[in-house]
Formats: sequence, structure tokens, C-alpha cells
Amino acid sequence: MFEVSGLQRLTLGPLGFSLQSGEVVALRGASGSGKTVLMRALADLDPCEGQVTLDGVDRYDFSGPDWRKAVSWVPAEAGWWTDRVADHFQDWSLALPLIEELGLAPDCADWSVSRASTGERQRLALARALALKPSVLLLDEPTSGLDSQSVAQAESLIARLALAGAAVLWTTHDDTQAARVAGRSLLMDAGQLREVPAT
Amino acid sequence: MNYVQLDYVDLALASLLVLANAGLSLALNLGLAKRILIATARMVVQLSLVGLVLKSLFAIASPWWTALAALAMILFAGREIMARQEKNFAGLWAYSLGTGSMLFAAALVTIFALTGPVSPDPWYDPRYALPLLGMILGNTMTGISLGLHTLTTGLVRERAGVEAQLALGRSRADAFRPAIQAALTSALMPIVNAMAATGLVALPGMMTGQILAGVDPVEAVKYQILIMFLIAGGTSLGAVVAVMGGARRLSDSRHRLRLDRLT
Repeated sequence: MFEVSGLQRLTLGPLGFSLQSGEVVALRGASGSGKTVLMRALADLDPCEGQVTLDGVDRYDFSGPDWRKAVSWVPAEAGWWTDRVADHFQDWSLALPLIEELGLAPDCADWSVSRASTGERQRLALARALALKPSVLLLDEPTSGLDSQSVAQAESLIARLALAGAAVLWTTHDDTQAARVAGRSLLMDAGQLREVPAT
Repeated sequence: MNYVQLDYVDLALASLLVLANAGLSLALNLGLAKRILIATARMVVQLSLVGLVLKSLFAIASPWWTALAALAMILFAGREIMARQEKNFAGLWAYSLGTGSMLFAAALVTIFALTGPVSPDPWYDPRYALPLLGMILGNTMTGISLGLHTLTTGLVRERAGVEAQLALGRSRADAFRPAIQAALTSALMPIVNAMAATGLVALPGMMTGQILAGVDPVEAVKYQILIMFLIAGGTSLGAVVAVMGGARRLSDSRHRLRLDRLT
């Protein structure tokens, strides 16, 4: 279980919520309401107040890198640090089944990142995070640039990871997607979080 | 030693070159004339003052006055490093990181030169200490300021890539490595290039100065080689300390990228 209490960063919070393992929760809210600030804080990429625990263990009992391997943030626009696709993966052979399941060509290891399309890059970024088998996935609009077939592939892959025990916090602006993938929804409004009925 | 002494008429004659330069800028409407003239005026005033100050420091030959002059040079160079940055560290770090690294590197290398290879008597003799420090300082300052500039602008530009690595559980050492490499490369490039080209393309100023003053060219070359070693050592030491210190300051123990510590 992933538990957050008294979380505060900039104009965000203090707020609290929890995710059961295996649960997919949609994070809703207008652009600029603080969804990304929240996700970055949860991944411990920015300093913030409050307590965050994973299965009862405080985040500060993990090293920063270990925490982020367990609580993995996939930003809406992924960053890249070299040009060859496979160099962004810790172990390409482990990631390959995920890559194929997301509908990418198996020979994309040697692709150049700068020549991949937005949708391809988005799926590669998802695959490289999923390959680490995190306990908590923080997904920032993971399917915003994808065609409907790729959206379906990504949704079913993430659903399968949740079934295997991962807790997922999923930002989306799409009501029907929220209803489709998530058991419940949280709404971010003016730095505060509240539970909203499923639409 | 015999050499041709310059009088003020000779200098006035040479200054015509700069005036012509400013005139050219005016004619071509480049807007540089004012800056050229201000820089020229500063150069003349600063060097004249330095000449007088050095003359009295050499006459006193006191270790304390020499140390004080050395400290003043380092503090001025530190201000110059800070002024050359596009992104600066917040708070006291803006000044202290560059200045501290330079103080450490330049002092260490200068004292090494004075107590080891050069060994004047006394070892702190300002006639040796201050010119050596000046040459080491000038180059170390350039190296540190280029290194810090490349580090901070690189991390700001590559922020998404650095944070992507951190988000995937990589350490700050891994995530910062390309930026640190680029920073140290740009810090050391001027001295590496200078060493490679020196003697073929350009005759170094100190060596030509000694030759003009009547020193045997072979002796002047020996001095120049020593100076190049000192400069290379001081620059790389200072740049490594500044860049590693800067990288540490721009991350924290949780392995986060802390660009909020830049202004």
C-alpha cells in the first residue's frame, strides 16, 4: 500500500490519499492545477513536506534512487539523454516483450530517438519505466499522443501490471478513459485533492 | 640587461591603433566605439596602478603585503568568474564556489612553484610570487568560469534527460556525468589548445617579454615551459574542484536535480 499524508509543496496541499496495491486511480484536474507537481513530489524529485510510505516503509528509509525504482514517474513529455533507443534501457532483453506488447517494432533498439514519432517516444518511455517493475506507477497522460490501437495496447499492458500488484496513479483528461481504466477518481483542484464519483 | 626603453610619446603613438579602431566602429555604425574606449581607458589606468603597486611591493618585499596583494588578486578574479556566468548559484555560493576553487588551486600551484621549481630567496619574494600567481590566476579563472558556465547551462538545457535518468533510479553521478564531462572539457580546452599551438602559431607573452628584456631565448623558453605546466595544473585542479562542487550543489543527498539553487 502507498500512503501519502500531509504532503505539501509550493501551493500544493497539505493533502493525503492512499493507493492499494493492484489499484488503478485516475487523477483528474485542469491543466495547472498541480497534478504534475504532485507526481514529481511523490517520486521524490522535488523536496516536499509530509509523509509518504510504501508498504509501511517511509520514503526516507529508501535511498533516492531506490525509491524512484519502486515509485516510478513517467512524465507527459519524456526526457532522453543519448540518441540510441536501447541506451535508455537498463536491460533491453527484459524490456523487449513490453516493447512488442506496446506495438513497437522489435528492431527499434537501434533507432535514433530524434527520429521516432511522438507516439513512439511516449511508448518507449512507458516501456523503460515498466521494465523496472515498480510497485507504484505515476503516469502523466501516458496515452495522450497515441492512436486508438496503441491506446488499447497501453491500457491493457498497464491493467495487467496492476493485476500483478502495481498501484497506478493515472493522469488523464479523458472521461471515458478514466471510467475505463480506473476504479476511482481523485480530482486536483487549487492544490487540494478530493475523491470524485466515477463518471 | 639591455632593452629599448619606451617613453610616453611611443605609447601615444601606439594608442592611435585603438583610436583608429574606435573610428572604424563609428564609421560602420557598429556601436562598439564607446565600449572600446572605456575598455582601453580601464586597461591603461589599471596597468599604470599595478605598475606603481608592484614597484612598492617589490621594494618592501614583506610576506604580509605580498599575501594581501595575492588575496586581492584572487578576490577580483572571483568577481570576474561570477560576472561571466549566465546562470548563477543562489546566495553566497554565487561568489564563493568559483573564488574558493580558485583560491585553493592557484594558491597550491603557486606555493608549489615557489618552494619547488623556482625557489627564489626568500620563497615569497613578490617579484616572483605575484607574476607567477597572476599568470596562474588568469588561466585558472578562465577555466573555472567556462567549466561552471558549461555545467549550469548544460544541466538547465538537459534537465528533462537528467531527470528522466533520476526518475529511472539512476544515481546523480550517472545522471550528471555527461554534463560534468562537457564542463571539464570546455574548462580545459583553452589550455590544451594553447599548449598544442604555442611556439608554432603564437609566441607566449611572458616568453616574448623576457626575450625583449634581453634574456637568452633558451632560458626564456624554460621559464615558459614551467609556466605552461603550472597553468595546466592550476586550471585542471581548479576546474575539477569547481565543477564537482557545482554538481554537488545542484543535487542533494536524495539524488535530486536542484536547479532551484540557481538564480
